[in-house]
Amino acid sequence: MTGRWIRDHLVLMLGLLVLAYTFIPIAVVVLMSFNAPQSRLIYRFDGFTMHNWLNPCEDPSMCQALGRSIEIGLAATIVATILGTLAAFALVRHDFAGRSASNLLIFLPMASPEIVMGSSLLALFVASGLGGQLGFWTILVAHIMFCLSFVVVTVRARLAGLDDNLEQAAMDLYATPSQTFWRVTFPLVFPGILGAALLSFSLSFDDFIITNLNAGNTTTFPMYVWGVAQRGVPMQVNVVGTVMFLISIAIVLAGELRNRQRAKGLTAPTVAEDLAVQRAS
Amino acid sequence: MSDFQRRRGAVGYLLLIPAALWLVLFFVVPFYSLLATSLYDPSGSDFRGYQMTYEWSNYTHALQDYWQPLVRSLIYGGVATLLCLLLGYVLAYAIAFKAGRWKNLLLVLVIAPFFTSFLVRTLSWKLILADDGIVVNTLQAVHLLGPDGRLLATPVAVIAGLTYNFLPFMVLPLFASIDKIDHRLIEASGDLYANPVVGFFKVTWPLSLPGVVSGTLLTFIPAVGDFINAQLLGSPNQRMVGSVIQSLFTDANDYPAAAALSMILMVLIVAMVLVYIRRAGTEELL
Repeated sequence: MTGRWIRDHLVLMLGLLVLAYTFIPIAVVVLMSFNAPQSRLIYRFDGFTMHNWLNPCEDPSMCQALGRSIEIGLAATIVATILGTLAAFALVRHDFAGRSASNLLIFLPMASPEIVMGSSLLALFVASGLGGQLGFWTILVAHIMFCLSFVVVTVRARLAGLDDNLEQAAMDLYATPSQTFWRVTFPLVFPGILGAALLSFSLSFDDFIITNLNAGNTTTFPMYVWGVAQRGVPMQVNVVGTVMFLISIAIVLAGELRNRQRAKGLTAPTVAEDLAVQRAS
Repeated sequence: MSDFQRRRGAVGYLLLIPAALWLVLFFVVPFYSLLATSLYDPSGSDFRGYQMTYEWSNYTHALQDYWQPLVRSLIYGGVATLLCLLLGYVLAYAIAFKAGRWKNLLLVLVIAPFFTSFLVRTLSWKLILADDGIVVNTLQAVHLLGPDGRLLATPVAVIAGLTYNFLPFMVLPLFASIDKIDHRLIEASGDLYANPVVGFFKVTWPLSLPGVVSGTLLTFIPAVGDFINAQLLGSPNQRMVGSVIQSLFTDANDYPAAAALSMILMVLIVAMVLVYIRRAGTEELL
């Protein structure tokens, strides 16, 4: 009996330990956002201050890079989410020659190392004479490319997991195809689309390797952090990290709360579940 | 899968074409450019342009000059993947089987830390593993590390960083796989007098293999190509191949060598993945 008790609870304890471990660096990021450093070169906690939070743009180039990242992230998210959602519908709901080739085409970017995709794109841009014009647009093209696959896979998993009885019922009750789509199918798929958009934004916002190769003189937030990592990091970087963490927690918890409220009716999987499903598929 | 009747006709193509075209133009075609670039005459330059001379020796030169970072990347990536598998399996198993009504919340907590900037997260490992930091001091106190021993600028720090940063890529597919396992099968193995360890290796582990395979791939591939961890937490002795490729492109402007090395990395990874999938007997994942 004791053996069984230990086994049951040991695994849970170990799991929670691993989970706690993933939060250690986040705790450091939050702590360091309140740090009053004595020297720019020594990265350690020297004292408490609100200064970094009150003066987030002390280094204007950081906020500039941040703004650039948000612009690119939003633009890439919008385009990738639209194109990816259309493609997901095609793959789940339509039959055509070349379906499995299309699935492979969508899978491959997720299974390619970023450094290889980044250098291929750079080779393409240089070969097409765009070597001197690397910047916002080349970064955007690259980000849409690598976000697309993740959008397709996320929305596809959501769509494939849909119970089509509801759509059948709508049709039985004389809903037109377009009514069925907008009143039943789309609302059911929407959490998947939203999850895909969030994932896109975070992939785009966070990308360094591909961006760095195709950025020219444009600096995104990760490139800014990379640059200052060599010569002393302003603590405001941790303010940005903390805010990003808080926003993502808020978004995910809001989704979770909504689900609990409507749990009695249709259970809509959360963003996290959608991500888990798409990773596995 | 939904058993909704799939519709035939042109609409499917119309929906798919924008995304497919984008991927062909900016994912497939670039590989051709990369291949072409890797065969250019290495004496060319950005300004004078490159001649296509089918310079296969770019490949042998790249291998000769950079086999060390290449092998190092594969080793670091491999070790980090194994560590991720160990940590990730425990976490995914605990969430799938032991978390009860907290399952969703825990799953959310798994990915939450990873929405913070990759670089900022990695920088905070620099602080955690610092020479006078708590980890080093503890290890020195218990004599696991000599008095002058350090973690930063060693392979340990780089592998720790890789393991941390790619953990969610392991946990999510593992969870999806383990969560689907029918609990009654595990109970049945217990009823048939298998002890829990045997039960795990004969029932749970084999049933979770699809998750293990996709998790290890999704971890290994980005980990091998990554150089952020090596750069921020390591020293030049821990340089990884991604870093070499990017500095050949951006600093040395030696495009043919960079492209050749990039091709070598791609081919190596594809070959390893194919062998691995075949051996694991999970071809249907592709």
